[in-house]
Amino acid sequence: MSSTDAPIVKAESVEKYFGRNRVLCEVSLEVRRGEVVCIIGPSGSGKTTFLRCINHLERIDGGRIEVNGHLIGYRTKDDGTLCEDSERNIALQRTEIGFVFQRFNLWPHMTALENIIEAPIRVRKVAKKEAVVQGEALLARVGLSDKRDAYPGRLSGGQQQRVAIARALAMRPALMLFDEPTSALDPEMIGEVLEVMQELAKEGMTMVVVSHEMGFAREAADRLVMMDDGVVVEEAPPAEFFSSPREPRTQQFLSKIL
Amino acid sequence: MHALVAALDWHLLKERIFDPNHAFAQALIRTVLIAVLAQIFGVLLGLASALFQMSRWRVLRVISYFYVLVVRGTPLIVQIFFVYYGASLLLGFDLFPRSVNFGVVSIDGVVVAGTVALAVNEGAFMSEIIRAGIGAIDRGQMEAAKSVGMSYGLAMRRIVLPQAARVIVPPLGNEFNGMIKNTSLLAFIGVYEIFLDAEQGYSVTFKPVEYFFAVSFWYLVLTTIWGLVQVQIERKLGASDRAEDEGFMQRFLGITAHSLQR
Repeated sequence: MSSTDAPIVKAESVEKYFGRNRVLCEVSLEVRRGEVVCIIGPSGSGKTTFLRCINHLERIDGGRIEVNGHLIGYRTKDDGTLCEDSERNIALQRTEIGFVFQRFNLWPHMTALENIIEAPIRVRKVAKKEAVVQGEALLARVGLSDKRDAYPGRLSGGQQQRVAIARALAMRPALMLFDEPTSALDPEMIGEVLEVMQELAKEGMTMVVVSHEMGFAREAADRLVMMDDGVVVEEAPPAEFFSSPREPRTQQFLSKIL
Repeated sequence: MHALVAALDWHLLKERIFDPNHAFAQALIRTVLIAVLAQIFGVLLGLASALFQMSRWRVLRVISYFYVLVVRGTPLIVQIFFVYYGASLLLGFDLFPRSVNFGVVSIDGVVVAGTVALAVNEGAFMSEIIRAGIGAIDRGQMEAAKSVGMSYGLAMRRIVLPQAARVIVPPLGNEFNGMIKNTSLLAFIGVYEIFLDAEQGYSVTFKPVEYFFAVSFWYLVLTTIWGLVQVQIERKLGASDRAEDEGFMQRFLGITAHSLQR
C-alpha cells in the first residue's frame, strides 16, 4: 500500500476524561488501508479507551476521529460547531468497524452460527440463506465448522474468541479493532486466536490491535505505538521499535516485558 | 368442634366444588380474564417504566420514579377505589360507564376499571423486576450488539431482553400468582368475580365455611395450574444452557414452596 492513500483511521488530538481524570491527552494516530498497528503500553495508559473511542463506544471530549472519511460520533452543524450524531448514523458507521472484545461478549442465547448471522440479517438485511452460507464460510475460516450449532457456554475461551472474530468479520468491515483479544485466555489457547489474526493481517485487513503479545506485534504489525499516561510516547516499525527505542519510557517498558 | 363439623352443609360444599352453577362459572372466567389481561398490561407498563428509568432523558426517569414510588407506596385496594370512583371526577367525564360496547361484545365499565387498576399496580412492581433483570445482563452484551451496528432498540429486543427474560420469568410467575388472588379485591367495587359470588352466596345463606372454603379451592386450582405452566416456560427459556434437567416435580415443588413463603 502506498503511503499516499487516504488514511482509514485519522485521529487528531483526541481528548477523553473520566470525571476529572484525563485519560487521553491529545492522542493522534493515522492508520492506512491494509496496515496493522499494535498499541502497547502499561495498563491504565489509555490504549483500550482510545480503541473504544474509534467506534464511539466511548464518547470523546475533544479532538476528532475519522474512519473512512466519516467523522465518528459527531456531525457538523450548519453553524460549523460539532454535536453528537444521531444514533442511526453512529450505528451505520459502526457497521464498517469490527470490534473484538477482551471478554468475547458472544451472545449466550444464540449458537455460534446465530451469533455470526444475527447482524448481517437484522442490520444489513441480508437474506437468511445467504447469511448462513457466509456464516458457515466464516466458521470454516476460523476453523470451527464443527461448532456451528454449539452455544457459547460449550466453547472454550479460544473457540469463543474465534467465533467473536467471525461475528465481527460477518459485517465485512473495512477496519478491525482488537481489544486485548488474548488477555482473557488460557496460555494454550492464545496461539489459535493469534493464528487467525495473523491470517487476517496477511489477507490485507486493516487492523488496530491493543495487545501484550509481543510475538504477534513483532511478526504481524507494520507499526507499533507505545502509549503511557494517555499520550502516544513513540511510534515505529517493529524492528526499529524493539532494537532501538528512542524514548526512555519505551525502553523501560520493553525491559520489563521482554 | 364435633357440633361444628356436623353443622356443615356437605351437600352445598360438594356442589360448590364439583358442580358450581352458571353464575359461578361466569365469575370464574371473568376472574381469569381480568388476571391475564391485567398481567399482560402490567408487564407492558413495567417494561415501559423500566426503559424510562434507564433513559438518558431526565423527564422520563422522573416520571418512572414517581410512578413506582406512588404505586408501590399505597395500598392496592385504595388504588382500585381511586381508579373507579376518583378518576372520572378528576377527568370530568365518565371514564368507566356502566357498559362499554365493542361491536358484538359488551363489557362492564367496572370490569375495565378494575383491570386498569390492577394493571397500573402491577406495572410498578414489574418495572422493578424488569429493571433488575436488564441490569443483570453484562454491559458487554449491549456493547457487542452496538459494535456490529445494531440500534439500541434492536439490541434490546434481540440481545438483552431475551437474556433478561430468564431472570425476569421466575419473579413474574410469582407476580401472576399474586395477581390471580388480588382479583378478589375487585369484589369491593362490584366486579362479579368468584369472591363476590361467594360473598353473595354467604350473605343469603349465612354459610361462610361452605362458600369460602369452596372459593379457596378454586383459587388454589387456578394458582396450581399456573404453577405447572410456569415450570414449562422456565424449562423452555433455560433450554440452551442447562446441563441437565432437574426433575419436573422437583422444580414444581421448588416454585410452590417459594410461592408459599410469600
